[in-house]
Amino acid sequence: MALLKVSDIHVSYGSIRAIKGISFEVNEGEIVTLIGANGAGKSTTLNTVSGLLRPTEGTIEFDGKVINNLPAHKLIPLGIVLCPEGRRVFSHMTVEENLDMGGYTKSKQENKDSLEMVYEYFPRLKERRSQSAGTLSGGEQQMLAMGRALMSRPRLMMLDEPSMGLAPILVDQIFDIIKTLHKNGSTILLVEQNASAALKIADRAYVLETGHITKSGTGQELAQSDDIRKAYLGG
Amino acid sequence: MKKLKPTTRSNIFTYGALLIIFTVVYILNNGGVISNNISGLLIPICAYVCMSISLNLTVGILGELSLGHAGFMSVGAFSGVIAASALRNVTDNGTLQLIAAIAIGAVFAAIAGAIVGVPVLRLNGDYLAIVTLAFGEIIKNLLNNFYIGVDNSGLHFSMKDTASLNMDKGTVIVNGPMGAVGIPKVSTLIVGFILILICYAATANITNSRTGRAIKAIRDNRIAVESVGISVAKYKLMTFVTSAAMAGMAGALYALNYTTITPKKFDFNTSILILVFVVLGGIGNVRGGMIAATVLVVLPELLRAVKDYRMLMYAVVLILVMIFTNNRKARGLIIDPAKKLFGKLIPKRGKGGDANG
Ligand SMILES: Nc1ncnc2c1ncn2[C@@H]1O[C@H](COP(=O)(O)OP(=O)(O)OP(=O)(O)O)[C@@H](O)[C@H]1O
Ligand SMILES: [Mg+2]
Repeated sequence: MALLKVSDIHVSYGSIRAIKGISFEVNEGEIVTLIGANGAGKSTTLNTVSGLLRPTEGTIEFDGKVINNLPAHKLIPLGIVLCPEGRRVFSHMTVEENLDMGGYTKSKQENKDSLEMVYEYFPRLKERRSQSAGTLSGGEQQMLAMGRALMSRPRLMMLDEPSMGLAPILVDQIFDIIKTLHKNGSTILLVEQNASAALKIADRAYVLETGHITKSGTGQELAQSDDIRKAYLGG
Repeated sequence: MKKLKPTTRSNIFTYGALLIIFTVVYILNNGGVISNNISGLLIPICAYVCMSISLNLTVGILGELSLGHAGFMSVGAFSGVIAASALRNVTDNGTLQLIAAIAIGAVFAAIAGAIVGVPVLRLNGDYLAIVTLAFGEIIKNLLNNFYIGVDNSGLHFSMKDTASLNMDKGTVIVNGPMGAVGIPKVSTLIVGFILILICYAATANITNSRTGRAIKAIRDNRIAVESVGISVAKYKLMTFVTSAAMAGMAGALYALNYTTITPKKFDFNTSILILVFVVLGGIGNVRGGMIAATVLVVLPELLRAVKDYRMLMYAVVLILVMIFTNNRKARGLIIDPAKKLFGKLIPKRGKGGDANG
């Protein structure tokens, strides 16, 4: 059974219809990526799954339970976490306070262990633990946003454009970490502009175009498909 | 010795300063050193300082605007007066009446806060400002039509006139537009002081906890707050209700310092005055707001000497304070040398996150 099953959801912002009936699945232990151009509706999809937006039609099931009526904060205890677009760290808090917020729903002891784990993934954050998050570099803020998401010990981690605005070397680093997370058993739903990098690490992928899913397949299949290469991989 | 966190240090400093100020004021007042005019203002100052703390919780920490905070004060004042008047038949102990009145005032204001907050705080945007503005006016007009009395069989209520209260030799407590009459004047300075301490401690507690950090973060990063599993609506409501309860307590303290009080006392102007305390003290700066409240309540009294120019001077002082608190250069002229002088006495500010904001 799929861990996350999205069936025919429609999402609108007032009269603007952003998602027009899409379905996809994420199985336990997979990396699944949604790729698509700007404005295709990728962030809208993730925000809907994480409860920040409500679908007007369709259902979202997590672990066999319908979750599309639950508010965002009830999804963290279930094990769904969103690492939102644009590195939304708490800029007035220190790195460690940010991480502590990530474990808001967990006990002190659990957070102590999670903190160790996060620092193992991101040694950089440990060095900067008492620095104010607003003064971190863009790459460090992305690491912090991911670390904060990990603090809730998610069963499904959703990443919205983790490589946005990063230098190529940092992009590689972030993708390496995603691969490591995957190897350690995490389930990941990844949204990316950087389609080539995303397709390389993804088990499966879906292509989103103006609110519809137009293609799906394994990462490799899509990376080799001519249409995709033309539209998203630059030739 | 374990090193104290900067926020803890700065809070201890504030409690110490408050206690010293209280003691000095109390002794001076009892010794008759303070002029009658100012002495009569001490309890209102306590009430307004609490109002300033209360509104800072909503405006400075929650980041929502309340334009009807006097409305919550009014709810606290009138419910407190009714409670104290009703209790007169039960006990002669003024302090007991006062404490009961403050507690009842807090409860009713909290209920009003919940009624306003539940529907409004779910929305994103500045709706609270509009709704509280209306709330303040509604409360005022509602109370203008309330007639409440007490006799041996208990409380009587009417919205027509005192005659329709059908009392048997009872006393009228609230008399429509005339307001509350024959109020037991039981407010004391000590209870006022304690109320300030309670409000300050509650606020410091909220701002320095993990919850408080979350509340502050709601303002500039709602999505991040939601995505770590915090119910924004719940924490907003909790903070707002706390703020309303504080206003209710302040209202009860204020009202029980006079023999009569009218609903008009808590109108839009009063709401704005309280907002001015908060803005002048620096939004989110609880201590600054407390000082501003004290200064602005005393100022008109001090300016009595210049008679006709009183309100003009009041405005000038307001503008000067604004310039000095917001302009670095102007600040450098006065505050920095002062800081150097007292540098050792003033604790270093925490890295944000304290009640000082
Ligand atoms: N708050 C909003 N109000 C109105 N329209 C919105 C809102 N957010 C997104 N949209 C619209 O919905 C559509 C999908 O937006 P979405 O943010 O999901 O795109 P995206 O695929 O994440 O794009 P990008 O890669 O640029 O982040 C766009 O047409 C966008 O203009
Ligand atoms: Mg997006």
